[in-house]
Amino acid sequence: MIGDWPILTIVTFLPLFGALFLLMIRGEDEVVAQNARHVSLWVTGFTFLVSLTLLIGFDPQIPGYQFEETAEWLPGTGIGYHMGVDGISMPFVLLSTFLTPLSILASWKAIKVRVREYMIAFLVLETMMVGMFASLDMLMFYLFFEAVLIPMFIIIGVWGGARRVYAAFKFFLYTLLGSVLMLVCMLAMYIEVGTTDIPVLTGYSFGVGMQTWLFLGFMASFAVKVPMWPVHTWLPDAHVEAPTAGSMILAGVLLKMGGYGFIRFSLPMFPHASEFFAPLIFSLSIIAIIYTSLVALAQSDMKKLIAYSSVAHMGFVTIGIFTLTEQGIAGAMFQMISHGLVSAALFFSVGVVYDRLHTRDISAYGGVAAVMPRYAVFFMFMMLASVGLPGTSGFVGEMLVLVGAWKASTWVAFFTATGLVLGATYMLWLYRRVMFGGIVHDDVKTMEPINRREFAIFLPITVLVLWFGVYPASLLDLMAGSIQLVLDTVSSSGVSLLARN
Amino acid sequence: MYSSIVFLPLLGSVIAGFLSLYNRDRMAELATIAGLLLSLLFSIIAFAEVAIGGEPVTVDLARWIVSGDFVAHWRLRFDTLTAVMLIVVTGVSSMVHIYSVGYMSHDKARARFMSYLSLFTFAMLMLVTADNLVQLFFGWEGVGVASYLLIGFWYKKDSAHTAAMKAFVVNRVGDFGFALGILAVYQIFGSVEFDVIFNDAGLLSKTDISFLGFTLPALEVAGILLFIGAMGKSAQLGLHTWLPDAMEGPTPVSALIHAATMVTAGVFMVCRLSPMLEFAPVSLAVITIIGGTTAIFAATVGMTQFDIKRVIAYSTCSQLGYMFFAAGVSAYPAAMFHLTTHAFFKALLFLGAGSVIHALSDEQDLRRMGGIWKKIPVTYAMMWIGSLALAGFPFFAGFYSKDMILEAAYAAHTGVGNYAFWMGCAAAFLTAFYSWRLLIMAFHGKPRASAEAMAHIHESPKVMTIPLFVLALGAIFSGWLGYELFVGHNMAAFWGDSIFILPWNHAMEGAHHVPTWVKLLPVLLAASGVVLAVLFYVVLPDMPRRVAAAFRPIYLFFFNKWYFDELYDRIFVGPAVRFGALLWQRGDKDTIDGFGPDGMSALVYRISGYCARIQTGFVFHYAFAMLIGVVIFVTWYYLRIRGVGV
Repeated sequence: MIGDWPILTIVTFLPLFGALFLLMIRGEDEVVAQNARHVSLWVTGFTFLVSLTLLIGFDPQIPGYQFEETAEWLPGTGIGYHMGVDGISMPFVLLSTFLTPLSILASWKAIKVRVREYMIAFLVLETMMVGMFASLDMLMFYLFFEAVLIPMFIIIGVWGGARRVYAAFKFFLYTLLGSVLMLVCMLAMYIEVGTTDIPVLTGYSFGVGMQTWLFLGFMASFAVKVPMWPVHTWLPDAHVEAPTAGSMILAGVLLKMGGYGFIRFSLPMFPHASEFFAPLIFSLSIIAIIYTSLVALAQSDMKKLIAYSSVAHMGFVTIGIFTLTEQGIAGAMFQMISHGLVSAALFFSVGVVYDRLHTRDISAYGGVAAVMPRYAVFFMFMMLASVGLPGTSGFVGEMLVLVGAWKASTWVAFFTATGLVLGATYMLWLYRRVMFGGIVHDDVKTMEPINRREFAIFLPITVLVLWFGVYPASLLDLMAGSIQLVLDTVSSSGVSLLARN
Repeated sequence: MYSSIVFLPLLGSVIAGFLSLYNRDRMAELATIAGLLLSLLFSIIAFAEVAIGGEPVTVDLARWIVSGDFVAHWRLRFDTLTAVMLIVVTGVSSMVHIYSVGYMSHDKARARFMSYLSLFTFAMLMLVTADNLVQLFFGWEGVGVASYLLIGFWYKKDSAHTAAMKAFVVNRVGDFGFALGILAVYQIFGSVEFDVIFNDAGLLSKTDISFLGFTLPALEVAGILLFIGAMGKSAQLGLHTWLPDAMEGPTPVSALIHAATMVTAGVFMVCRLSPMLEFAPVSLAVITIIGGTTAIFAATVGMTQFDIKRVIAYSTCSQLGYMFFAAGVSAYPAAMFHLTTHAFFKALLFLGAGSVIHALSDEQDLRRMGGIWKKIPVTYAMMWIGSLALAGFPFFAGFYSKDMILEAAYAAHTGVGNYAFWMGCAAAFLTAFYSWRLLIMAFHGKPRASAEAMAHIHESPKVMTIPLFVLALGAIFSGWLGYELFVGHNMAAFWGDSIFILPWNHAMEGAHHVPTWVKLLPVLLAASGVVLAVLFYVVLPDMPRRVAAAFRPIYLFFFNKWYFDELYDRIFVGPAVRFGALLWQRGDKDTIDGFGPDGMSALVYRISGYCARIQTGFVFHYAFAMLIGVVIFVTWYYLRIRGVGV
């Protein structure tokens, strides 16, 4: 029976085995490179297929964890190997396994040096991402959470652009600083409870004073990952310097670690502090939405613009989570999945034209629609999805977050909704400057239409974005039970949700 | 059959979209037109069953956004209001599709064009068949995107894609209000479905909600927020600036989207929400004032413009104002009636203007036209019919619907109703004036076009003139035919539950019993408008210049569209970009990075610099430092033993 297989462990470590396998490849550089590409594509593709069994076997009626696996790890310490997914983590696992093969495909031609090492970094990255979402032990979570940094740091630092060292340093400094504080808090929790098992910790009620400090410690780490204003400045630099596929994963999955952490840890474990700090989160998120949208308007670098737009979109996510309403959290989750798909596609869109003209400067383009019509369609679609057009996945998340925000406070909803206008402005302006108008630069005329490989990356993302936009119930139904469970945990601790619902 | 009305255009659009990749233009045209004609046929059947037969239909499609008690399903609603819109949308759209075959015949991307047109029609049909506010919003944004794509269809032209973006962004400002309105409705009713809203509106009419720190009547908040959305889409004063610019799109687009259908979505929404707005009198008053002001504002601007399409665009804006103030005085049937007749004669005018432009080799400036009426007689006749209907001359469509609106406004006997009535009368005068100004400048007088353009001048092909005939029939007869049905004594039976009017809002009823001068005034004003236009542009051709010179400030104010664009550029567009740059440089780079990672690394660097300086390499420096250390250590140890304690 497939049900008896340790599917989560397989999904998590399969890419790592692929990485070990890559280490053993010998031969001419060119051959090694080609083999490495194929092996990693097959491994990640197969991993994705295996992860689909999670989707098939998942029972949305069960709000708790499923596919649980436990094993002795450090006996007698309360620290163990514990894996499992619920409606909150499962979509992220699938998002990771879905995007990784696509980003490998996106690096097919763009990466020419040290291909094998690059692929190894990606495979290790996938293991860390999936492991992070599937861990039900806090120590394991922390290890994966931190270890994700390393391959991404290397990807930016080795295969990045001109200022890659600065960007990698900034990325590392920010995220590490946050993580150190989180580690201290985790230690405190372990000392208090005596175990690092997440389900047990979720059931434990920490003192109100302690919650405050723990919340702040965790927030330091999650806020950097999201990223929230004002700890967002690593993101534009990291994206600009990262190779295309690095940006896809960074925006597609890594940013979601923060939002996931808030839902998994902060809300159920520190409910009083979550309620207490919600206004702070709202303020920071609203600043993020308006501030970074305006900053995005001023950008002349395509990647930077989309990076800033990510900060604004993630502002919706943090608002949704801390409304402590069903719609708000569901909207935040949906927005994260949607943004994972859309931003990955948008960064890939930049990569496509970057591969042709080797510049990200918006003013170097103009009139691209005339030479790359199919690309124009995909880019347009993703641009509209990013703007939150109903019928695409982007709308559902934004709408539900707004519903939650309105329940929390009409002020929050009011300012959050300004994102509708600002978001449209910078995205449409970007599209217009790159794609429309007459061709003013001669080299634009030489740009090739997208090839089959690029088509194969765009198409599945497009289909999913459309599917989730038209039939979001397919995702919302998976999450509803687990979200309700989180809210039940919050309200059972005495935090009143009545005023909100 | 009912859902195929909506989805046939989508199917056509998708097929045409694929065909556009292979440049199969002719097949794309056939596919989309076939889809539309079928959709029209089904719409007529639906109209007979639903509106005439009085049997509303709903079609469940699927679950859409369901989270907790927030529920929005894909569901199609066919009642009388929808059925009327179906006829308007599929009727005008199919004519525009056919017309486009001729109008766009020289274009390279015809399949793409047809695909967009059908996509637009699909979105518009989703809008009018929506069963809840969120689905309405889907159609709302969908038509916005289609409009964006079509305005920017000639994307190589800078003015075209600039206008496209402007249209989208300005509409988004309205949608900002719309989205908040949906949230307010959800809070008030616990649902976004029309049936729930309509049932409970009366019960909840006294409730208050807290909005931005104020405690306000709930339905008023929802009503005004939703109306902001309508203002964006229907180009009402303040959010109208995109509509004239939208004329950059191909003319069939202007006819379909920016005259007959999309811009009337706001009016449709207000009528659709009549069961809720009836309990929100302040919102209705706001709607009346905005509508009346827009009617006169757009007319004053329209009479000074020289671009033939912009004149008609401002006319559309003005006519939409009429529809709004009709709805504002609770004369929703009159608003819908004018919406319907206007769709025919305004589409006719636009397509006629397109025919003129086509004939004159893409000339749009009225100052370079003239003297062509004998060369394109069919178009000329069509423009006459359209203008007569627009100005409201007896027995043409506009006569019935516009007079009905003015009479209803008068019969409302409210302050805002009177305001709207007088604004509407003044606008009626100006409407006739600018319509004949257009006719005379475009067709009469000496030819002012280049010799080359004059040499090429030709009547449009049949594929373009036949749709004109069909629309002309509508412009002539739709008022006469629709009068009894839409606004006659048995209108309640026709509209059924789709429109709700409180018994004490009697503007509709009173409109049939107004004094004779109220009935005559609009016609007289229209006639004098025509006389004035003839006087100005035929008899005394020097007059316009002299009047403009004599009242130069006022003329410039009108000519420059009341300076709305300049104002918005000055206070929104420019500052936003500058402020963004400021935040980026001063905020992100200087402040956050300056104190954050960059500042920290600089600090570490500096401290390590100091440390490095200590390591001079001279042995006696090290020996000295060591000596000091030993002294401190010994002293400390000594004091500790002595028990002094440190």
